[in-house]
Amino acid sequence: MVSKLNGAAEKQIVEICDRYKGEKTPLIMILSDIQREYGYVPLEVQEIVSAKTGISVAEIYGVVTFYSFFSLEPKGKNVIGCCLGTACYVKGGQRIIDQFSEILGIKPGQTTEDGLFTLDALRCIGACAAAPAVTINGKIYARVNVKDIPDIVAEYREGAVAHV
Amino acid sequence: MKVNIKIEGKDYQVEEGTTILEAARACGYEIPSLCSYNHGECSQGSCRVCLVEATGARGLVASCVYPVAEGMEVKISSPKAVAARRTSVELLLSNHSQNCQQCRKNGHCELLYVAQLTGAREGAFTGEKTETHYDDLTPSIIRDSSKCILCGRCIERCKSAHGNGVLGFERRGFKTFVAPAGNLSLDKSPCLMCGQCVSVCPTGALLVKSEIGKVDAAMVSGKHVIVQTAPAVRAALGEEFGYPIGTAVTGKMVAALRRLGFEKVYDTDFGADLTIMEEATELLHRIESGGVLPMITSCSPGWVNYAETYYPDLLRHVSSCKSPHEMQGAILKSYYAQQKGIDPADIFVVSIMPCTAKKYEKDRPQMKNEAGLKDVDAVLTVTELAEMIRRSGILFKRLPDEEYDQDIMGEYSGAGTIFGVTGGVMEAALRTAYFVLEGKEHEGITFEQVRGFDDVKEASFALGGQTLNVAVTSGMRNASKLLDDVRAGKSKYQFIEIMCCPGGCINGGGMPIVRHAFLPDEDVDIVDTYRAKRAAALYSEDERNVLRQSHNNTQIQALYKEFLGEPNSHLAHELLHTSYKAREPFRA
Repeated sequence: MVSKLNGAAEKQIVEICDRYKGEKTPLIMILSDIQREYGYVPLEVQEIVSAKTGISVAEIYGVVTFYSFFSLEPKGKNVIGCCLGTACYVKGGQRIIDQFSEILGIKPGQTTEDGLFTLDALRCIGACAAAPAVTINGKIYARVNVKDIPDIVAEYREGAVAHV
Repeated sequence: MKVNIKIEGKDYQVEEGTTILEAARACGYEIPSLCSYNHGECSQGSCRVCLVEATGARGLVASCVYPVAEGMEVKISSPKAVAARRTSVELLLSNHSQNCQQCRKNGHCELLYVAQLTGAREGAFTGEKTETHYDDLTPSIIRDSSKCILCGRCIERCKSAHGNGVLGFERRGFKTFVAPAGNLSLDKSPCLMCGQCVSVCPTGALLVKSEIGKVDAAMVSGKHVIVQTAPAVRAALGEEFGYPIGTAVTGKMVAALRRLGFEKVYDTDFGADLTIMEEATELLHRIESGGVLPMITSCSPGWVNYAETYYPDLLRHVSSCKSPHEMQGAILKSYYAQQKGIDPADIFVVSIMPCTAKKYEKDRPQMKNEAGLKDVDAVLTVTELAEMIRRSGILFKRLPDEEYDQDIMGEYSGAGTIFGVTGGVMEAALRTAYFVLEGKEHEGITFEQVRGFDDVKEASFALGGQTLNVAVTSGMRNASKLLDDVRAGKSKYQFIEIMCCPGGCINGGGMPIVRHAFLPDEDVDIVDTYRAKRAAALYSEDERNVLRQSHNNTQIQALYKEFLGEPNSHLAHELLHTSYKAREPFRA
């Protein structure tokens, strides 16, 4: 499968692995950098990390699927994270994520076909005072109301259009 | 250092630093657990089956990981401990597919065993179950996650044997399951098909893929069904019928196979002798002609899979010889068919093997003859053979000892027999290489230097005026050390024997499962000693044989004289040699 990745991309992954050469347990740091810089960590990339670190692909895949921070699929242009931690859940977080889900036509964890939006369910993000909280591309929306959601989505949709 | 502890109110002195489980065992108590006698395969203490009360600890402790301490009082049979262990097992059962009656692991299932011990009942806890996965795409292994209890033994075994583990935990919490990366089929993963995972799975989550149905169908269709048995099989089949580990049951096995309806019962040791003729000739040719060295053995299909996956650049080092049972199959469908006047297409060859990778090997496109016939049609593991014997009603222990069929390929040497243990192929090859290079038999016959279970065994021999440096290893974790040297051009050997399973075929994935729970008459140290006992059975059969060298097998000599010509002849190459192909670790 490695062959699917072009030479330049492979070189970049190797370069990221080399950043943590002396580290005792470099895996999380390598994967975090890849996730941040490329938006996802697919199996082909894990194979390269495995070859560089000597950690089995099975173990790397286990780590990637254990932490919700890592993604196997490319994320959309705008990543919407709905907090479902205890405080947000009590304040109606489930209704918020359901509403995003309905408007975007995707389930949590999925990305819209046009690649504009990814919807994620998050565990507590530490913004309990703002419950129910939503993050979009890192920006926090506090005390979100179900009624506001169409406007929020529209804002990003138009934003995307404006960029084109 | 000893410490004083109390178990069930009685005073004992036990080794400091040991776990409660080990200490109790030394004092004559077997705490119900899922890890009994399998130390090193799990250090998590997460299954909670072996809970006991211990003073100085908060609450109940998992005895498999909790160390003893001076003055500790351990209670195994207190109502609190008994109830806790029962609950632990009931919780495991609550997320387990409870179709025990249909399960092929029934009778060897450790979960069912601890359920009986602890009085756990199915259905004590009901509710949602984890999403399950079923994979039966490989010819060797079936993975059924609905039976998995997430103990992680398979993951540990794969890693400890072969380094680059194929299986891992995926996802988290209630959704966790064990699978190859990407939840791919084992068929698309770098799995070697060795079956080591199968041999440690406590439940039916990893099973050998059965080919008994194929054999039944061949018998019914009126084919000429011939069976051959690998060297290691005789050393372990008895375990399935109550014999102590290390009892060779060759005669009874032959008798059973005849009663099961096979037309001919042959020993793959003949094929092993043939392999030695071909392989030793290939080695000497490589040495004389400045060919690619070191040459590496090719009998172990798990190792071949590993080479093709991880060391494709070294495939020229791997001997082109087919493995013994494939060679024997090829001869059965050519020379034997000719001699007996049977159409090769009507011959059905069954191999009884200690190995799950042999099932994969026999389906390789390189293992077919010109007419498209497979050299071997079905491979049964030792456990499958035991299943066939049991269902037929044969009382194994009451069988007489019978001899293999003697015609055409009935003779075999002790050199062929020891193929089943690490170092055996090397020793067999050395016996013949000595004869060729020195012009006489090696007086001592054996080559003890290549025996035993060290990770890597090395030896040097002065033969025919030159020095022959050899190495023997098993388990791919060990092999990779030697292979990295070969890759770097630093290897000092001319000949290397590599077997996939640690210890060789006597520890193959198709061998009977060694669990104290099912072998109560065995010693406490069973896990440390079973390989040596099975190996000893093979070495003593070698000693009892008057024929000790492959080249002195008169039927092998006749085969060359009347049919093949000489070792490595054109016809020998066509029938007995094979080729290899690089493969991607992950195949979409």
